[in-house]
Amino acid sequence: MLKIADLCARVAGKDILKGLNLEVKAGEVHAIMGPNGSGKSTLAQVLAGREDYTVTGGTVTFAGRDLLALPAEERARAGLFLGFQYPVEIPGVNNVYLLKAALNAKRKAAGKPEVDAYDFLALIKQKMKLMQMSESFLSRGVNEGFSGGEKKRNEILQMLVLEPQLAILDETDSGLDIDALKVVSMGVNSLRDQSRAVVLVTHYQRLLEYIVPDYVHVLSGGRILKTGDRSLALELERRGYDWVAESQVA
Amino acid sequence: MGRSVSTKSQDVEDLINQKYRHGFVTDIQSDSLPPGLDEDVVRAISRKKNEPQFLLDWRLKAFRHWLTMREPDWAQVHYTPIDYQDISYYSAPRAPENAPKSLDEVDPKLLETYAKLGIPLHERARLAGVAVDAVFDSVSVATTFKDKLGKAGVIFCSFSDAVREHPQLIERYLGTVVPAGDNFFAALNSAVFSDGSFVYVPPGVRCPMELSTYFRINAAKTGQFERTLIIAAEGASVSYLEGCTAPMRDENQLHAAVVELVALDDARIKYSTVQNWYPGDENGRGGIYNFVTKRGECRGRNSKISWTQVETGSAITWKYPSCVLKGDGSVGEFYSVAVANNYQQADTGTKMIHIGRNTKSTIVSKGISAGHAENTYRGLVKILPGADGARNFTQCDSLLMGSSCAAHTFPYMEVKNPNATVEHEASTSRIGEDQLFYCLQRGISAEDAVNMIVSGFCKVVFKELPMEFAVEAQNLLSVSLEGAVG
Repeated sequence: MLKIADLCARVAGKDILKGLNLEVKAGEVHAIMGPNGSGKSTLAQVLAGREDYTVTGGTVTFAGRDLLALPAEERARAGLFLGFQYPVEIPGVNNVYLLKAALNAKRKAAGKPEVDAYDFLALIKQKMKLMQMSESFLSRGVNEGFSGGEKKRNEILQMLVLEPQLAILDETDSGLDIDALKVVSMGVNSLRDQSRAVVLVTHYQRLLEYIVPDYVHVLSGGRILKTGDRSLALELERRGYDWVAESQVA
Repeated sequence: MGRSVSTKSQDVEDLINQKYRHGFVTDIQSDSLPPGLDEDVVRAISRKKNEPQFLLDWRLKAFRHWLTMREPDWAQVHYTPIDYQDISYYSAPRAPENAPKSLDEVDPKLLETYAKLGIPLHERARLAGVAVDAVFDSVSVATTFKDKLGKAGVIFCSFSDAVREHPQLIERYLGTVVPAGDNFFAALNSAVFSDGSFVYVPPGVRCPMELSTYFRINAAKTGQFERTLIIAAEGASVSYLEGCTAPMRDENQLHAAVVELVALDDARIKYSTVQNWYPGDENGRGGIYNFVTKRGECRGRNSKISWTQVETGSAITWKYPSCVLKGDGSVGEFYSVAVANNYQQADTGTKMIHIGRNTKSTIVSKGISAGHAENTYRGLVKILPGADGARNFTQCDSLLMGSSCAAHTFPYMEVKNPNATVEHEASTSRIGEDQLFYCLQRGISAEDAVNMIVSGFCKVVFKELPMEFAVEAQNLLSVSLEGAVG
C-alpha cells in the first residue's frame, strides 16, 4: 500500500530524512519509534504533503500512485489521513461543518454522492458514542478550547468518519491519561481490517499495549535503523535508543 | 525545489485575485447636469426636485459652509486629490416625470442589471417579504410593499417623495443628527444630495418586514450623494438593510452619503450594510471612493441603535458609523467586517458617545487584509461627565492574508466619568498555514478552506445580520477574497 524508497527531505535548510525506506502493506500496523529530532514527525508531515518540507530525493508510492506528485488535499482524498500531534484550533468554524466538508470532498473525488446533513449527523453521533464524546462537541468550533485529550479524541473521531486506507497517527498518545488512551486505542482498533493500514508514531511503548503493531521500527538520524516486532518496543523502553545506534556501528 | 508539491501559497494568491464579477455598465440614457459645482448647481438640483424653500435654504447654507472647509487628511488613506468641479452632481434615468407606477413599467434593461447582480427584484421581494427601494444612480425607480407598510403606518419611501409628502417630518429631523456642517463630506452631501431613503416608524409599531435599499452607481463621473433618514418613534422598532454593488469603471468615483438615525424612547433601530462597490483592479486602478457619514442618536430612554456592516468593496473607505447615547439606559452597538484586498484602503470604525446614565456600547470589529491592502480600525469611546454607570466593551481583531498587507488599530478613549467601565481587547493573526494545512489534510480544497477560516473569523458579526442576508454576506466575502469568505 505504501512504499517509501530512499526518501530524503529537508526543512528550514536542514536535512532531516536521509534515505528512509519503509514498506507498509494493507492490514498491517507499523509503529515508528525514535529519539527526539530523529525525523518521526517530519516523515508524517512529508507524507501528508506539507509544503515547508522539501523532498530532496527518493520516491513514495501510495496505492500505486506517485504520492509526492499529489497536492496535500488529493493525498487526503486518496485515503491518507494524518492524525496531528498538535491539532490546530480554527475559531468560529464548526467541528461538524468541517468534518462534513471533508467527508464530502472525499466522496466527491470518488464519484460518490454527497452525504446530506441528516445522514451525516446520524453517522457522527454513532462515532462520537464510540469515542465517548459528549454531544456538546457538535456545536463547538474546530478544536476551539479543547483540552489536549479532547483534541486527540477529535482526531480519531475524524479518522473514523473519513475511514482512510492509511492512517498516520503522530504521537496521538502524548498527553493522554490512561482512560483516554484506552478510548483512543479502541477507536483505532475498530478501524483495523485487511484493507487498511496504520502507522503509529510514538515515543512510548505504552500505546502498543493497546494497539498491537505487526512491526516496530527505530528511526534515528533520518533513517530506519532497526526493525522488529513488539518485543523491540519493550526492549527500547528498557534500554533506551542509544544501543540501537551503537549496534549499527558495530 | 525538490519534489514537494506546492499548493497553498499559490492557491491562496489565485483565490484572492479573482476578478470583480459585477463589472458592467447598463446602457440607459442619463439626464445629467454638466460637471461643476456652484450655487446655481445647488439651486438647479433643488428646482429639479421641486423642493420647498426651507430645504433650498438648508442646502445653500451647507454649501456656503462647505466652501470654508478643508478636505480631511487624518485618515490612513492615500489618493490623488478629487477635483470637485469635474463631477456631475445630478443624474437621473430619463424622464423622471413619468416615473413607473409598477415594476412592469420599469426599463427592462434596468431589471436585467439587477438580475445580473443576483437581485431578482420581484421574486426576491415577494418571496422574502422584503420591501426594496431600488436606487439607480440618483432617483428611485421602484418601490415595493409600500401598501403593506402603509397599513402598519410605516412610511418608507424615497427621500424626494418624503420631501413632497411629509415635509414637516423632514424639516423636524433632517440634520439633527449629522448637522449640515458636520464635516467636509457631510457638508458636500447636504448641499447636493439627490435622493435616498426615508423611514418613519410611528409610536409602538414594529415594522412588519426588513427594509432594504440597493444602491448602484452607474453613470460615468456621477458622484452619488445619498441621504437617508430613519426615525423610530417611541417604542417602535425597525431593521434596515443597505446593499451595494457598482459596475467596473476606470475612473474613480466619489460616493459621499449621509445616514441619520433617530431613536426615541424605547425604540430600536438595526441598520445593516453589505457593501460591494468596485474596489479597483489588482493594480489599484479605478474603484469607488466611499466617504460616508453615518450616525445614530439614541435620543430617548432605553433606546437602542445597532450598526452591522460588511465592507468588501470600494478603493477607499472612510466610514465611522456612530452612536450618540443621549437617553438614559440607551444602547449602541457596532459590528463590522471590513475586507481589503489588492490596493484597497479601508479606514473604518465607530464612535460611541456616552451622554446619558447607564448607557452601554459594544464594538466588535473584524478586519481582513490581503494583497497590498491597508486596513485601519479607528474607534472613539467617549464618556461624558454625566454618564454615570456607562459601560463599553471593544474587541478588534485583524486577520492578515499574505505578507504585503497591513492592519492598524487606533482606539481612542476619553473617559470623563470615574464610574464608567471601558474594556478593550485586540488581536492580530495571520491566516495560519497550520489551519490551512489542517483543512487540506482533511481533503478540503484551499479555496473552501480559506472561506471556512475567514467565515469562522467573522462569525460573531454575521450572526448579527438579518438571517436572509447573512448568506449573501458570506458570498460577498468569498467573491472579494475570492472565493470565499464565508
